[in-house]
Amino acid sequence: MASQRYSIFSVIKEALVGHTGWMPTWRDASPKADYDIIIIGGGGHGLATAYYLAKTFGLSRIAVVEKGWIGGGNVGRNTTIVRSNYMLPGNIPFYEQSLKLWEGLEQDINYNAMVSQRGVLNLYHSDAQRDAYARRGNALRLHGVDAELLDQAAVRKMLPFLNYENGRFPIHGGLLQRRGGTVRHDAVAWGYARAADQRGVDIIQNCEVTGFRRDGNRVTGIQTSRGFIGAKKIGMAVAGNSSRVATMAGLRLPIESHALQAFVSESIKPFIDGVVTFGAGHFYISQSDKGGLVFGGDIDGYNSYASRGNLPVVEDVCEGGMALMPRIGRVRLLRQWGGIMDMSMDGSPIIDHTPIDGLYINAGWCYGGFKATPASGLCFAHLIARDEPHPIATAYRLDRFRTGHAVDEKGQGPYPNLH
Amino acid sequence: MRIACPCCGDRSLDEFIYHGDATVTRPDYSMPSALDDFIAYTYERRNLAGDHQELWYHAAGCHAWLVVARNLTTHRVLNVSLARDVALARLDTAEGGA
Ligand SMILES: Cc1cc2nc3c(=O)[nH]c(=O)nc-3n(C[C@H](O)[C@H](O)[C@H](O)COP(=O)(O)OP(=O)(O)OC[C@H]3O[C@@H](n4cnc5c(N)ncnc54)[C@H](O)[C@@H]3O)c2cc1C
Ligand SMILES: [Zn+2]
Repeated sequence: MASQRYSIFSVIKEALVGHTGWMPTWRDASPKADYDIIIIGGGGHGLATAYYLAKTFGLSRIAVVEKGWIGGGNVGRNTTIVRSNYMLPGNIPFYEQSLKLWEGLEQDINYNAMVSQRGVLNLYHSDAQRDAYARRGNALRLHGVDAELLDQAAVRKMLPFLNYENGRFPIHGGLLQRRGGTVRHDAVAWGYARAADQRGVDIIQNCEVTGFRRDGNRVTGIQTSRGFIGAKKIGMAVAGNSSRVATMAGLRLPIESHALQAFVSESIKPFIDGVVTFGAGHFYISQSDKGGLVFGGDIDGYNSYASRGNLPVVEDVCEGGMALMPRIGRVRLLRQWGGIMDMSMDGSPIIDHTPIDGLYINAGWCYGGFKATPASGLCFAHLIARDEPHPIATAYRLDRFRTGHAVDEKGQGPYPNLH
Repeated sequence: MRIACPCCGDRSLDEFIYHGDATVTRPDYSMPSALDDFIAYTYERRNLAGDHQELWYHAAGCHAWLVVARNLTTHRVLNVSLARDVALARLDTAEGGA
């Protein structure tokens, strides 16, 4: 496969020849009759899975089938935040491994994903909340993950313009993870796609899966809008559409699909260095390298497949923003959109076998699956290649609700709209 | 999106609280399949695109529980009834069938 290595020299060389020598980033493949492994869904998780299957497990004859274009799903719709400041033992090692993979990703895949460890600061507004954050910070440090509890003076030094004296929600301090930050989301899709393609993975776009073919209890292939494609093993990583695709295989999942909105303002001069979250409502914000303020808040809270949200949440998010940093009030909103997420019953993901032989599932990522992309890909590839879970993903079983092993980071119970 | 409450009329979405799929019903604990039935009832959802029957509570209004039929790809509300009426009708058919 012809491929180009990206570097400062390739950029200079192309500048000299008027950028006429760039080659397509990946091949737009057509489906073959059959593969050893098919991954359904060309989002971040599906593409990363294909890449690690080829690279880490040395496998070949792999395809990723995507109903639209790669990067058109949540991987290109999210607010790009990465962090590993979870609390439960089932989660911390997984998300920390993901953050470590982010730290080396660009060298690994030779692609500029603009990984920026600009810090993630979660603000607290009461004594009780400070105690909860101290507990979370301690859990992180016990697992070897960085966390710093800041008092108000320290936060003031970082972000002098916040509304510290808000009568209802004064800012008392924050929990800071300096290694957290942001990653250019669509570059992640393109970078993994290119790296997978270079290792021989077929990326097949405009190919919607419409059904499964089975022989007894074993899958033998998929029906698609571009015909039947045979496969020995099939992994589904279709995010917000998990229930729809699983239903084609006769499965019913512990998942509801919900809409989450995101917002971007006009570009302004450098203003917010890192990621800041409001602890008294649901509002989080960062500033993109282009200068736009990127922010969001709660999910809309009811089942949806509409990829757009409603006005009450827009109002709620903007109220949170105004309570935290009133000076953004005159910045104009440039764009706003929604994405459909697979909200699981405990707010945690699923990476597991299904009851059908040869069919594997990667789902339930809720609104936090972007940060998980590298580790999710690695663990799903491990599961498919070795038929056993990766040691850091053993908690993400499909049957954990039946056995009483839910991983309920927020302690909300089986109400997806509350996670 | 607005919901026309049978008691209060056409109201803004933020007056209501959502409680998910209205077609799941509490299983009979005395059945041999009770364990599976309760797991399905508590955790598993159909969750398909298309028309969806769902429970909404009119918290900032009359406090009625409603069953709303809504299309999940367009957000169009197709029908709103009192959850009580839906439950009674279900009981009628169950008895009628017995
Ligand atoms: C507004 C918003 C903000 C978010 N912010 C963050 C954040 O700041 N940090 C964070 O960690 N996470 C965030 N998330 C969550 C994160 O984006 C998702 O959890 C994650 O991207 C899901 O995995 P994915 O990239 O593989 O999904 P996707 O990119 O959605 O990939 C799934 C793919 O499957 C394809 N597909 C579906 N059905 C079929 C079919 N039948 N046949 C073939 N292909 C099919 C889809 O077209 C899609 O491309 C956010 C999500 C949203 C919507
Ligand atoms: Zn009412």
